[in-house]
Amino acid sequence: MAEEENIPAVKDTESAEQRSFQPSGSDHQYVRFKRLNRGLHIVMIISFMSLALTGMTLKFSYTQWAVIISHFLGGFESAGYIHRFAAVLMFGIFITHCVDIVRMKRREKRTWRSFIFGQDSMLFNRKDLRDFVASVKWFLGKGQRPAYGRWTYWEKFDYFAVFWGIAVIGSTGLMLWFPEFFTRVIPGSFINVATIIHSDEALLAVGFIFTVHFFNTHLRPEKFPMDIVIFTGRMDLEELKRDKPAEYEALLQSGKLEQNLVESYPPIVIRAVRIFGWAALATGFGIVIWIIYAMIFAYR
Amino acid sequence: MSYRIALSSRRSAIVALLLFVLAASVSPPLSRAQENSDCLSCHSDKSLTGSRKGRTISVYVDEHGFSNSIHASLTCVSCHADLEGKELPHDPGVKPVQCGTCHSNEQKEHEKSLHGQAIAHGDPLAPRCYDCHGTHEILAVNDKHSPVAPLNIPFTCGKCHQEGAPVQKQRVIHEDHILENFSESIHGQGLLKKGLIVAPSCASCHTAHSILPHTDPASSIARQNIAATCTKCHAEIEQVHRKIIKGELWEKKANVLPACVDCHQPHKIRNVFYSQGMADRDCLQCHEKKELKSSIDGRSLFVDAAEVAGSKHGKTACSQCHSEVNASHVRPCETITKKVDCASCHAEIGQLYNKSVHGTLAERGDPNAPSCKECHGTHGVRGKDNPESATFPTNVPDLCARCHREGQKAAIRYVGDQHQIIERYTESIHGKGLMKSGLTVTAMCTNCHTAHDVLPRKDTASSVNPRNLPKTCGRCHHGIEEQFEKSVHSPAVTVTNKALPVCSDCHTAHTIRRTDEQGFKLEIMQQCGRCHSEIAKTYFDTYHGKVSQLGYTKTAKCYDCHGSHDILPVADPNSHLSRANVVQTCQKCHEGATRRFAGYLTHATHHDPQKYPFLFWTFWGMTSLLVVTFVFGGVHTLLWIPRAVQMRRKHRRQSYKS
Repeated sequence: MAEEENIPAVKDTESAEQRSFQPSGSDHQYVRFKRLNRGLHIVMIISFMSLALTGMTLKFSYTQWAVIISHFLGGFESAGYIHRFAAVLMFGIFITHCVDIVRMKRREKRTWRSFIFGQDSMLFNRKDLRDFVASVKWFLGKGQRPAYGRWTYWEKFDYFAVFWGIAVIGSTGLMLWFPEFFTRVIPGSFINVATIIHSDEALLAVGFIFTVHFFNTHLRPEKFPMDIVIFTGRMDLEELKRDKPAEYEALLQSGKLEQNLVESYPPIVIRAVRIFGWAALATGFGIVIWIIYAMIFAYR
Repeated sequence: MSYRIALSSRRSAIVALLLFVLAASVSPPLSRAQENSDCLSCHSDKSLTGSRKGRTISVYVDEHGFSNSIHASLTCVSCHADLEGKELPHDPGVKPVQCGTCHSNEQKEHEKSLHGQAIAHGDPLAPRCYDCHGTHEILAVNDKHSPVAPLNIPFTCGKCHQEGAPVQKQRVIHEDHILENFSESIHGQGLLKKGLIVAPSCASCHTAHSILPHTDPASSIARQNIAATCTKCHAEIEQVHRKIIKGELWEKKANVLPACVDCHQPHKIRNVFYSQGMADRDCLQCHEKKELKSSIDGRSLFVDAAEVAGSKHGKTACSQCHSEVNASHVRPCETITKKVDCASCHAEIGQLYNKSVHGTLAERGDPNAPSCKECHGTHGVRGKDNPESATFPTNVPDLCARCHREGQKAAIRYVGDQHQIIERYTESIHGKGLMKSGLTVTAMCTNCHTAHDVLPRKDTASSVNPRNLPKTCGRCHHGIEEQFEKSVHSPAVTVTNKALPVCSDCHTAHTIRRTDEQGFKLEIMQQCGRCHSEIAKTYFDTYHGKVSQLGYTKTAKCYDCHGSHDILPVADPNSHLSRANVVQTCQKCHEGATRRFAGYLTHATHHDPQKYPFLFWTFWGMTSLLVVTFVFGGVHTLLWIPRAVQMRRKHRRQSYKS
């Protein structure tokens, strides 16, 4: 979801790492994500996993699994506290990100128009449509792989899915959290509606992230078993060249590529990151398997 | 004699009066009450009425009845002495007749008696002379139509002393079913069935006029006088009872020896079930030997005299239970053919037992059937109040467990759905109360199943039959029973062909738990859900149901909203969920609840488009969104895979080359 509006602007966020820049060093990597966004994504993983796990126990309370997990989390009551704490965390991420966007816009002294509709904006544009059509052709063997830019259309889709999700799940979640307050205005039966929307939208979010998002970013064969760029923020130039040719070209042309090269992290950091990644993947898959089991074998 | 004198003096007075009336008849307005015919000129009118204590009563006198009575030779004013010489018609307010004027001894006896004292106290129920003897139609005692003739006495006394009569209900009478018991007793049968007028009636023992309570030393039925009273007829009885009383001790040591009524209960005196003349000592001559064994099956026939003495039957003679002994035999017991029948004394209990499942099995000769002694023991029988007794409350579960524990004989043949009864009871709130807390008032086996009237649940007379169960539980949980009877589950409220739930349907029969414990709270589908399965399922579709399924007990269960024993239809204004009460019910947990808040659908399901259309369409709207998104994402991904694999291979080849 990280909106890195403007790659050239990275210089002031990653300046410390840029000091050790060596133009042709083979262990130098391209900086794709700034520190704040990497941090936010890690926090979001923790928040999202907690929300998913605790929420699904309630949604699929009729399965034995739910009872076991709920018990493991310290019973329903503590699962509820975890869920609400994680929700607060999620709201925090959302607000931090929004503030960051505004600050970034001010720092770069850009108009909202150029900020939103600029070349590296997260917003869908014509190139995304062209890329999508070209991708389908490529999938069907009727064309070359499109030259994806900094943000591919599926990455943008994931990004806005979170916006949508936070709005829908967050608002209904607040209704369920404070029903006495909300029913001063809305009828009590709207709480029932809110329950359905909250839980099904959550199912959509969880299902989508743990299958489509996992595949698109981690499991697709050229990235398999995982792409750790979201944790380290860095990727090999070779990979950049291969995966996002348009961005690479743009960086070369603007001459900003070298400004954004840093040394790679030591192996110990990489290993830690991989362990965390594996844990997140495993939890996600676990939840997906449980959901599929609950939907198919225990649904009612 | 005084009666005769009174009569003769009266006669001369009558003669004088007659002469006077003859003279006076010349002047008609001044007529005088002298002749019976004068009285009857008015009192033979059947419609003639007078008043007594403000009540209108008939003052008709049956001339025929009077002329057949033993008092036929008397004039009216002989008894109604206050009217003598009065002008006719006389003023109202005639004084009561004083029978004692002639019958002074009887009058004195009566005055001292229980009945007379009651009259003196002004007891309106106290009998006066005429209540037993009648009034104008009074007959001689030896006239068989007299109400005090031997054959009629039980019914005359029974007017007041039969079950249900005001005297029996409102006055302290220690005996019950007097008339019934008497008529079944050997005395009653002799008198009433066989017409033996020498057989004793009530007055034979209680006397006719000196009726006194047995606590009064002067009473014919006082302990020290009973022997004398009985021996009026049973003159030689001391010979028969010689082994108990050594012939003479009865009168000498009346306070030590048992009185007749100790063995032969008053009014119940039956054809005695044991042969006369046996003393325990005679039995113990043989039976106190420890090595004494039955020649038939080799079981020990030793009787520990101390054990018997310490038992509930310490004062009961051997031969009272082991009847059929014959004192004239060298071995009096050799005439015994039957086993001890406790019902000879404990007749009512015996009847209950015979009807019970234990009794019917015994009747069929089932070897597993428990008889009295299986529970109560034999010579050492103790009352249920004795902590050492097997029938003492804390010992009862173990007693029943002898047969009803899993694997034991009763449990093996049992085909119902109750298993591990003893273990479950022990873990139940009742079992813990009894066994752990030692509360002897806690319900144990016999409190619910009864001790002797044990019947299978399906028997409609059983205390644990669904029809009777609320009453059985209500014996302790009375307040709950009252609530339950007004609830929708009570057959008094709901008329239906379907089975209505009773206590055990929610609380179980033996596993009864504390309702504030987790286990009870989470068994909704075993309780309400057993009948209300559809609505219970929808409960699990909403928040309360879902979290309770996760083992969370602090959330609302069925009874938190609907009430537990006082459940009423939601439409009932007294229901916890009626329009007037529902907000308050929600506020039990949700302090800030408002009427709008109460609009939350606690049983909502998104599967019912008719009842909850907006939930149904919200659900399907969301589901469509999910399906579309997943189909799109899924197809995109699946199409991608082959290209991605190609890319990876190409990239590998490139890296090998380099």
